[in-house]
Amino acid sequence: MSRSIMQKNRLGSGACTDASKRIDFSFNGKAYQGVAGDTLASALLANGVDVVGRSFKYARPRGIVGHGAEEPNAIIQLGSGAATVPNLKATQVELYAGLEAFSVNGWPSVDFDLMGVIGAFGRLMPPGFYYKTFMYPKKLWMTYEHFIRKAAGLGATPVERDPDTYDKLNQHCDVLVVGAGPAGLVAAREAARAGARVIIADEQSQFGGSLLASTQTLDGIAATDWVAQLVAELQGFDNVQLLPRSTVFGYYDHNFLAILERRTDHLGLTADQGARQRLHRVRAKQVVLATGAFERPLVFAHNDIPGVMSACSVSTYINRYGVLPGNKLVLVTTNDSAYQTALDWHQAGRQVVAVVDTRTDPQGDSVNAVKALGIDVIDGHAVIEAQGSKRVKGALVAPINADGTAVTGSARGLNCDLIASSGGWSPAIHLSSHTGAKPQWDEQIVGFRPGESKQQERSAGACRGTYSLAACLAEGGNAGAEAAKLAGCGDGTIHFAAPVCQEYAQQPQQALFLLPHTQSTSRAPSQFVDFQLDVTAGGVELAVREGFESVEHVKRYTALGFGTDQGKLGNINGMAILANALGQSIAETGTTIFRPSYTPSTFGALAGRDVNQLFDPERYTAMHRWHVEQGAEFENVGQWKRPWYFPQSGETMFDAVNREGLAVRNSVGILDASTLGKIDIQGPDAAEFITRIYTNSYLKLAPGKCRYGVMLKEDGMIFDDGVCACLGDNHYLMFTTTGGAAGVLAWLELWQQTEWPELQVYFTSVTDHWTTATVSGPNARKVIAKVCADIDLSNQAFGFMDWRDGTVAGVKARVFRISFTGELSYEVNVPAHHGRHVWEQLMEAGAEFDITPYGTETMHVLRAEKGFIIVGQDTDGSMTPSDMNMDWVLGKNKTFSYLGKRSLERSDTTRDNRKQLVGLKTLVATEVIPEGAQIVFDSKQKIPMSMQGHVTSSYYSACLGHSIALAVVKGGLNRLGQIVYCPLADGRIIAAEIVSSVFYDPKGERHHVE
Amino acid sequence: MLLIHCPHCREAREEEEYSYRGEAHIVRPLAPESLSDEEWGDYLFFRSNPKGIHHEMWYHAVGCRRYFNVTRDTLTYEILESYLIGQQPAVTGATS
Repeated sequence: MSRSIMQKNRLGSGACTDASKRIDFSFNGKAYQGVAGDTLASALLANGVDVVGRSFKYARPRGIVGHGAEEPNAIIQLGSGAATVPNLKATQVELYAGLEAFSVNGWPSVDFDLMGVIGAFGRLMPPGFYYKTFMYPKKLWMTYEHFIRKAAGLGATPVERDPDTYDKLNQHCDVLVVGAGPAGLVAAREAARAGARVIIADEQSQFGGSLLASTQTLDGIAATDWVAQLVAELQGFDNVQLLPRSTVFGYYDHNFLAILERRTDHLGLTADQGARQRLHRVRAKQVVLATGAFERPLVFAHNDIPGVMSACSVSTYINRYGVLPGNKLVLVTTNDSAYQTALDWHQAGRQVVAVVDTRTDPQGDSVNAVKALGIDVIDGHAVIEAQGSKRVKGALVAPINADGTAVTGSARGLNCDLIASSGGWSPAIHLSSHTGAKPQWDEQIVGFRPGESKQQERSAGACRGTYSLAACLAEGGNAGAEAAKLAGCGDGTIHFAAPVCQEYAQQPQQALFLLPHTQSTSRAPSQFVDFQLDVTAGGVELAVREGFESVEHVKRYTALGFGTDQGKLGNINGMAILANALGQSIAETGTTIFRPSYTPSTFGALAGRDVNQLFDPERYTAMHRWHVEQGAEFENVGQWKRPWYFPQSGETMFDAVNREGLAVRNSVGILDASTLGKIDIQGPDAAEFITRIYTNSYLKLAPGKCRYGVMLKEDGMIFDDGVCACLGDNHYLMFTTTGGAAGVLAWLELWQQTEWPELQVYFTSVTDHWTTATVSGPNARKVIAKVCADIDLSNQAFGFMDWRDGTVAGVKARVFRISFTGELSYEVNVPAHHGRHVWEQLMEAGAEFDITPYGTETMHVLRAEKGFIIVGQDTDGSMTPSDMNMDWVLGKNKTFSYLGKRSLERSDTTRDNRKQLVGLKTLVATEVIPEGAQIVFDSKQKIPMSMQGHVTSSYYSACLGHSIALAVVKGGLNRLGQIVYCPLADGRIIAAEIVSSVFYDPKGERHHVE
Repeated sequence: MLLIHCPHCREAREEEEYSYRGEAHIVRPLAPESLSDEEWGDYLFFRSNPKGIHHEMWYHAVGCRRYFNVTRDTLTYEILESYLIGQQPAVTGATS
């Protein structure tokens, strides 16, 4: 057992805490104790911790203000190491044994902050400070930014791998109820009773919302007991899913909502087992928003001193947690509801110094109850300034005029250590705003109500500006029944009687946001609007003086609402002050738009299981394990893993590629070409269709023959290429590039379905059905002959660009005599599950010729030696066949205007000086130009040089004994023999001669091996 | 994330199953060679990009692999109808 640490502000057990169960934790390295049911914030307040952080800009000491998602100040870093979590709000962190937390702002400590010195110069850092000060000279911005970010000191992200796992769950429901306060609970019950599949989610650890801190009774029992009964009732429904600790953080299109469920955060920094957090992706037929409201603090001078809190938060700490965050309370209010805090404080046995009401002669039930206790109610007054530094020591109170714009008499000081303020309530309309509904200003409730629904949702209770408990309950019931009915469940009948609860007569609140000071706003001590980003009333007014009028511009200029709390407390006050400065109404000024996320969510939850190996599928060929066993290095091509090269012991990549390439040129090599896309095309109009797609014609291609084709987009640019074989009457096999396979199939389907539905043609992807072993080199025929008896392999019987059915290594095969190396080549296609067997048989058959497996790198070198392009490497979506010096592939006599043909006649595609494919031979034979290098004609030209092209492929050719490159050069085909230059980033300039793009065997004689 | 009704599958499915294929009702000219560069350029590159009602083509890429048309409000993202290629929309900008 740990020793007992004094919790000087602990009253005892609250409605949700058990004071007999103590929990040890630490904050900024110091040991404390809280109790079961505490949040970190309630435990810190119980221990009398006043300063929990420093403000973002001025580094002023800050204390806890709120009790939930609205908290702007108590931003903490939880734990350390791999699982550390930055930027949590202490008000939302449930206490667990051994919890370690640190302030995110404040170095070397929150109590003595060097940056606090800057606070003394606050007036020198007005809004737009960074724009105004650090813009020039431009090159120093990086330096400034580094300093500013360090000074700003948001939390630190972990640098190690997250030890936890996260889940995603896709769900559907009839009715999603957001918020489990009074309105949400009864809405869920009605919807469930109507037979709807219901999900009810609440961000807090317990359902109940405001009732958890309420002293009211419902049906004659305490609010928390009534909540427990209702929760038990909901649990009795099979069709209800209850999600506590679950924040609905985004409302997206078509009633799609995202919920972050924190499954184990309340137990420790990492999950012992299972997923730490789960992202629910919910498609709801109907949604009931019952998200409550935030109490709006009043803005007055030095209202950021620790010890200034929201009135309802003070009540929550007393009633829910059993914590009294001070001794002597001054309450300042514009409304009746805050009087409850004075009653709670008095009830708890500590002194209410005074209630300061901005209205004159208030007479509501709660007001009279307070007066009856003998508490001093000072009406027609305001707290104009808080006094103290690291804790409130007093409040300056002064009489004000009726509309609250000016101080009308002398101020006096009240001795206190806690100032609770209430400027009324702001409905939590965030989720409604996510749908695009435009918030509507309502003078009655002095707040923005949700706008007209844009999706299948409705708001109920306080988030709609309904603040009496009885009315919330009635609205919730109606909303639940209506949502269920619209989702097709029930007829909208209300099944449960609304619980009986006390009603209090209230008088209207005063619409007051900024309390006046004896000095003007620009001269008064700072009156904070947005605590987290240090936006003051004076700053908002200054923005107006500097010409900003739109609320969205002022927001960006001052940073109002930009913090991790998204201005849940400050925004409305800021807009009201802005409206006043502009001399217009709040309705005219409008509000900024709330966007997801309502509160921050972890990247882990958003990623879920889609990390590491599961991030993207990996595709393997049938021979993959053989390659692994041979020690191949792999290259990613789309999702495929392709052997890149096969290094032998001690070989570098350069060595391996040279060896592999020479083996193909001099004897025989073997390549796994299984990843090439393969599309089986059938139908009476197949030939016509293919001919419209490719630039050349397939109408006369006979069975047993193959043809190379290029596909263009309608703009005339090359987008894929490959060989297409006629397998039989009305039956073709189209090969595509490895990366282009899916896109080509979609392309074929597009044209067949949208433009030419009259053509009878059908497409099937067979990429995975076949494996392809390409045997290439002067000895290729000899290798194939050893394992294939039923195909006549002679030149006469089986010529170049033919294919044959046969049996290879005992397996039915299609053998294609096509070549990407320029050598005699046979591409052996067999059903995929025989792939490795056939591969191994070919290796065995080739052993006497030293058959050499080669990878994609060698394939690239060999084809570059032949000047064969690779679509996507030598082309980039802006290259026509003519640019690639491939006019021979354009069908001249085709009757149908094939895709892209018309574009080849456009002025831009026919102009002179387009970039054209040429070869480059470096003047220094061993110098390999980096791919992507820019080409200039004049190496002495001053920067900016006129760039004339770029290198698309570049290798060292072992068989030629020098470096080769393919490049696109402006007017390149007319520049053969000229010298061009590639200036590199490292200062070197490589000179090269423009040559034909075919470096090796220009007459194409090598594949005619007899 | 949109919920899109596929008129071929006759089901509303998640946007993740589909890919967007641009404006609908762009008809390929029957005789491209008879067009001026400008006319051909209009067909190739120019799209209406309206604020409000938009007819667009979608592709049920990981479903039935069929193309179809959708009428969508580009302002609210509301999908007003799905219909087959070759059909005309029931909802048009003129009537909304």
